[in-house]
Amino acid sequence: MKLVDHTKVLQQMKSRIITNSILKILFFCATMFGLVVLGILFYRVLNQGIGYLDLQFLQSLPSRKPEQAGVYTALIGTVWLMAVVAPVSLLIGVGTAVYLEEYAPKNKFTNFIQINISNLAGVPSIVFGLLGLTLFVRALTLGTSVLAAGLTMSLLVLPVIIVASQEAVRSVPNELREASLGMGATKWQTIVRVVMPASIPGILTGGILALSRAIGETAPLVVLGLPLFLAFLPRTVFDMFTVLPMQIYNWTGRPQEEFQGLAAAGIIVLLLLLIVMNSIAVLIRNKFQKRY
Amino acid sequence: MWIKGDLKMSVHESTHQSYSVQKMIEDKKQKASATQLLEKIMPKVLLVTAILSILTTIGILLTLIVETFTFFEHVSIIEYLTAKKWYPFSDPGSFGILPLIAGTIKVTLIAGIVAVPIGLSSAIYLSEYASDAARRIIKPILEVLAGIPTIVYGFFALTFVTPLLREIIPSLEMFNALSPGIVIGIMITPMIASLSEDAMSSVPRSMREGALALGSTKLEVSLKVVLPAAVSGIVSSIVLALSRAIGETMIVAVAGGSTPNLNLNVTESIQTMTAYIVQVSQGDAGYGTTIYYSIYAVGFTLFLFTLLMNLLAQFISRKFREEY
Amino acid sequence: MQKPEAKNAEVEKEMQIKQSVYETKQLNLWYGENHALKNINLDIKENEVTSIIGPSGCGKSTYIKTLNRMIELVPGVRTSGEINYRGRNIFDKDYGVEELRTKVGMVFQKPNPFPKSIFENVVYGPKIHGIRDKKILMDIAEKSLRGAAIWDEVKDRLHQNAFGLSGGQQQRLCIARCLAIEPDVILMDEPTSALDPISTLKVEELVHELKENFSIIIVTHNMQQAARISDKTAFFLNGEVVEYDQTDKIFSNPKDQRTEDYITGRFG
Repeated sequence: MKLVDHTKVLQQMKSRIITNSILKILFFCATMFGLVVLGILFYRVLNQGIGYLDLQFLQSLPSRKPEQAGVYTALIGTVWLMAVVAPVSLLIGVGTAVYLEEYAPKNKFTNFIQINISNLAGVPSIVFGLLGLTLFVRALTLGTSVLAAGLTMSLLVLPVIIVASQEAVRSVPNELREASLGMGATKWQTIVRVVMPASIPGILTGGILALSRAIGETAPLVVLGLPLFLAFLPRTVFDMFTVLPMQIYNWTGRPQEEFQGLAAAGIIVLLLLLIVMNSIAVLIRNKFQKRY
Repeated sequence: MWIKGDLKMSVHESTHQSYSVQKMIEDKKQKASATQLLEKIMPKVLLVTAILSILTTIGILLTLIVETFTFFEHVSIIEYLTAKKWYPFSDPGSFGILPLIAGTIKVTLIAGIVAVPIGLSSAIYLSEYASDAARRIIKPILEVLAGIPTIVYGFFALTFVTPLLREIIPSLEMFNALSPGIVIGIMITPMIASLSEDAMSSVPRSMREGALALGSTKLEVSLKVVLPAAVSGIVSSIVLALSRAIGETMIVAVAGGSTPNLNLNVTESIQTMTAYIVQVSQGDAGYGTTIYYSIYAVGFTLFLFTLLMNLLAQFISRKFREEY
Repeated sequence: MQKPEAKNAEVEKEMQIKQSVYETKQLNLWYGENHALKNINLDIKENEVTSIIGPSGCGKSTYIKTLNRMIELVPGVRTSGEINYRGRNIFDKDYGVEELRTKVGMVFQKPNPFPKSIFENVVYGPKIHGIRDKKILMDIAEKSLRGAAIWDEVKDRLHQNAFGLSGGQQQRLCIARCLAIEPDVILMDEPTSALDPISTLKVEELVHELKENFSIIIVTHNMQQAARISDKTAFFLNGEVVEYDQTDKIFSNPKDQRTEDYITGRFG
């Protein structure tokens, strides 16, 4: 006696197949939803902001009068911030990655460091602002300066660099290390002359990713006390400054339509900056991919 | 060429000086104490950089805990945990954290309602249905969504989403929980989509083939075979995304308002824990005032929320991970 | 080829006069609990090609990596006994491992050039040991590349990336890299197993030339190769040296039954 009724199976088959087709379309639409939103966002920003985007905009200081306002101080401030974050976070991050991959013994302490880094990656950025406020602004009396902000943001993006650098170092094949050691090179010589050159593309990509993140962050900088409105440029790392996202935040909060337009223009500048940086990262990755 | 002997000697082509590589190495070794020094110091230097990451965590904990303690010298912890109103600027002020938590939870839940179905659907589409070419184009675009600065999303929420929603829901206030909630949901969708897709991709093809060979539709394979097999990765990705939503600041600061409310209403102005910290930081709260310390107490509460969520995500990922 | 009998008399004389390059005495090695090398006693002479043969897992790779202490890269390795390189025990606390590896070079099974130019690959060794004079480095590079029979193929592209070379060329580049520091001994761990037959032949010819000036110890799983290129052969089985003698004796008239079984293909 047959246990499976094939006529019934065939009857149900049709509805199962239809359900499959319907849901396939739904899943596709869901995937497209994100792309559509992205498109709308870009369109809106471009629409609102392109009118305000001109050379004068890039070169002017912010002002209470919308016609005269510009992002000059904010742009320069962003560059200053990058100038601090890049070396600090790279030095500490790459150093940590090299230690973890080349020297660290496989014990609980090393494990603890790794877990700690993963947890740091999940801490809200505003909490880093609180840390920076207490430690850099007050305790080290750096005040609301480029240096205090730079150090705070370096800590924020540290996990990104560490993870990317670890990946890069790990992917250097062991045979290269063996070849170097086999010739009588010391461990440090091997790291400097073989491992590091081979892992630079990965490290650079990670660094650019981290910088992109640092440029777009606003919350920790607000906590540090960065002014929303600043009409002069920093001259040293101890000076006050403002950055692009802060300027955008300032303009967004104003009800007048002109300021909304200015905010949109500022956003265009910020997004362009990010596109350029990420394109460089992709270029680097592709150029060095061919080596192997 | 070489000349026989223990130390091989060579003759330089043009100068006809004889030299021995091994002898040169010997000589250099006498003077190479600097290399030896580097060899010993560098591991220690690198260890110091590695410890800096631990020091950062300790720094965060210390800062939050110490300043929170100071806060609790001014405000009782009972009031903090049970009072139903957060009016820090009034005289006398009321410092009940619940309204801020309510604001955070409202926004996070809305974000979750948006992000989970869309994120999972995208993950299923990318992992089970999409062609390689489609995946290669779509995935990077989703990454872009994840990389947009949050202030841009905040602007988008305020100037596009809120007006749009007000056409559908006329009673919606200018500042509310719905608009930032939806936008945060859009922001965290790539996280769920990407991590879930990774989890689903690591389910071996042989499992899918087994189900297909039995006459399953692709839908059934996805929902009944792949999803259950990747569930720990998927759940952990959702928890991580929600944790990110909890910690999100600029979108709610711009579009959510600054009115802490302890209720279930999502159409009126709210304030989240993060937005409060921003509000105070922008203001003139002097160092040493109760309001100054309150941002640390709120920050500590926020930190605990996200820490718990992150630990939960790691726990789920590890405990229920299926090894393939 | 000389007649076997005449060769034997010569060889007997040589065995007495020739210097030992590696004297292994009662060497034992453990990977954790696994006793991988058992009481190895082996006397390897200079300016010869000594091959080490045996089935998979017999310890031949382990042994050759012990000779330049590369085996210490594996965690959990323990040794007892001595290995005297030209009279000095390599396990001595004050015998620096870098110093040993400057005198004993190694060529690996899979070619492993650095992702640098051909020139940079060859002069890597001299550079790390402090030799900076550009003229001398160029000279060393040419000499080593000639010595590895690859100079003509690369002389016009010294500054191109080494990854552009074929597998066989890469392996000869690795040999050149090894020659550049002018070591005393060259260890080769199955150097041709990843190469095509033509490249294999080229490397074998190279080995034959190099033995004039170097002592070569080569691990191979290819018995015909051992018979072709080596003067002496050691047969390893289960971590022990079963037999060690002139290559033609091993292959024509082995003393141990196990050697004969392996050579005739009854196992392995």
